[in-house]
Amino acid sequence: MPTDNRPLSPHLQVYRPQLTAVLSITHRLTGVALAVGTLVLVYWLVAAADGADSYRAAQAVLDSWLVKLLLFGWTFALYYHLANGLRHLYWDTGNGFDLETVYLSGKIVVGMAAILTVLTWIIA
Amino acid sequence: MSIRTPLAQAKGLGSAKEGVAHWWAQRLTAVALVPLVIWFVISLIGLVGQDHAALVSWLQSPIQTALMVLLLVATFYHAQLGLQVVIEDYVHSEGTKVASLLGMKFVTFLLGAIAVVSVLRIAFGGA
Repeated sequence: MPTDNRPLSPHLQVYRPQLTAVLSITHRLTGVALAVGTLVLVYWLVAAADGADSYRAAQAVLDSWLVKLLLFGWTFALYYHLANGLRHLYWDTGNGFDLETVYLSGKIVVGMAAILTVLTWIIA
Repeated sequence: MSIRTPLAQAKGLGSAKEGVAHWWAQRLTAVALVPLVIWFVISLIGLVGQDHAALVSWLQSPIQTALMVLLLVATFYHAQLGLQVVIEDYVHSEGTKVASLLGMKFVTFLLGAIAVVSVLRIAFGGA
């Protein structure tokens, strides 16, 4: 009997998206995005190790508007994953699971990530 | 009353046969990354627009070298654990799953190694 390709539950397409579920999958998505973003970190470090000329060239690449846009996205992903990661660590203590607190901490995470992202780009 | 055998209970490895090792390592690296990421972002803000010499003199300080290496190790370890769960969740065919896991682990180890070697080259004055 073939066991692959069986239908999986829950059927996400019939669910109305809720903040809690959206934030949960966003944690995973930002995690994957940040893993991809390590490529930029490695590129930056390799260029720096290669010397002043390579570093200057890398700085020019990182300064282009398209890369800057990506870096802005990665900044938000980093802060979101950091804030929501702390939320997860708090949950690991067995607290904060009642509906009201879950929604409140979720909103705080999104707010913190947005504020820190904008703040970072204003300072830097 | 548990229906698990006394041996299974004593080993505590559960159905995944690895116990809480993965869970614990993910939390350990997560907690480590909180201060490391904050340190890294603050450092980066200071380095924006600075030239190569400024980066080298910053990174050559033993504390900064050590923190950078720790950041890289924790980051790639944490990323590897996270990506592993994502692959295990979404790739159901056994062959593709094992191949994806192997590929992902090799790539994260490779990137981590390149990054650490680059930092050490700068730290020991090779750049």
